[in-house]
Amino acid sequence: MIDAATQVFNNDSFNESENTMTGFNKVVTSYEEAMAGLEDNMTIIAGGFGLCGIPENLIKEIKNKGTKGLTIVSNNCGTTAHGLGILLPEKQIKKMVASYVGENDEFERQMMSGELDVELTPQGTLAEKMRAGGAGIPAFYTATGVGTPVAEGKEVREIKGREYLLEESIKGDFAIVKAWKADTFGNLVFRKTARNFNPMAATAGKITVVEVEKIVEPGQLDPDEIHTPGIYVNRLIKGSFEKIIEQRTVRHPS
Amino acid sequence: MALSREQLAQRVAQELQDGYYVNLGIGIPTLVANYVPQNMEVMLQSENGLLGMGQFPTESEIDADLINAGKQTVTMATGASIFDSAESFAMIRGGHVDLTVLGAFEVDVQGNIASYMIPGKLIKGMGGAMDLVAGADNIIVTMTHASKHGDSKLLTECSLPLTGKGCIKKVLTDLAFIEIKDNKFHLLERAPGVSIEEIIKLTAGEMVVPEYVPEMQF
Repeated sequence: MIDAATQVFNNDSFNESENTMTGFNKVVTSYEEAMAGLEDNMTIIAGGFGLCGIPENLIKEIKNKGTKGLTIVSNNCGTTAHGLGILLPEKQIKKMVASYVGENDEFERQMMSGELDVELTPQGTLAEKMRAGGAGIPAFYTATGVGTPVAEGKEVREIKGREYLLEESIKGDFAIVKAWKADTFGNLVFRKTARNFNPMAATAGKITVVEVEKIVEPGQLDPDEIHTPGIYVNRLIKGSFEKIIEQRTVRHPS
Repeated sequence: MALSREQLAQRVAQELQDGYYVNLGIGIPTLVANYVPQNMEVMLQSENGLLGMGQFPTESEIDADLINAGKQTVTMATGASIFDSAESFAMIRGGHVDLTVLGAFEVDVQGNIASYMIPGKLIKGMGGAMDLVAGADNIIVTMTHASKHGDSKLLTECSLPLTGKGCIKKVLTDLAFIEIKDNKFHLLERAPGVSIEEIIKLTAGEMVVPEYVPEMQF
């Protein structure tokens, strides 16, 4: 075996194959490449809370691509002008799974007219559905939503004297994620509350695409500081971000 | 006189204890942070992934990556920690938060709460409210006692879709502080200058009124 390996190393063609080998390098250089393979009627899991920590350029690419009939799983659906909200005017979203959809007139209009199917899901249940989806857990019991409209059609089971709902986990054809920095292997570090749903979303996509503010070489991130290991990440792209603030609140220094 | 928003927040703040981890909902609950007693340390949990929420930033401190659950820019207090949404709700669902304060449209004598949807009118979603009411043991609901038209919000049975079932034990309204037990409201305190009769008139669900009902102290 050692001989065989040595032979490979000594083979002149090795250098050639090294050039085409990508190994763990997840970096892509265009948004077309990042979202390649996205088709009509797919399910996309998106990170972000409000407009904080959203994969804004990946969303723009979906808009440009014109993909339709999408099921989007994300805590919110952006605003009229930003985030996932930009997919509304051309009716690219067929169904939205979210915990809070306020502050978006076009969303409300499409929901009330029945053009858009909305599955309101409690925020903690939504996070856990993604986490479980990525962790190979098909469903879980939670007390959240018992006795409310969320419980409709779901199994209720009494465990140790309390009622719980059976909630199924979620997986996406794609997961779109925003992280702060990454190494080329796709190890991710998030920043402040822009972390939110992103780590769970990253685990729950068949194809997980991550956009980041900076990409460093493997070894430059302290393994102890990595929030999401690169095993979950398929494609990585460096973007530049608008980072729109929804509610700019300030105090005046006293 | 009915309590102002600030007085509601002040009265809730009297329920705080040193070392409490507290989740404050949007609206009046948020104001509670302004009335934490001087001799007390309280840590605020924001369900988007921040424990140890600080005050609003100055113009130069604004950071788009640092917001609270109301999507407002905030800062981090000393000793703050950041985590993802699953971890955040593990804290909430797991009963690790000492006090939750949130608003509501209606509560009833069974401890049910309706706070997230008015069918055909207001459909914004429950956000984290369903998880909060299901996971927390110590919850205070803050709301006005009745609508502008004088319709009671303290009912025998909630008329709106529920946020949680049988989970509310304390309600602070602009008129009264009320405990819910044994399928009844129990009048604990009244707002200064508000008569028991006025409270009874605006409470639709059955209410137990003790002989002496103290006024709230501020």
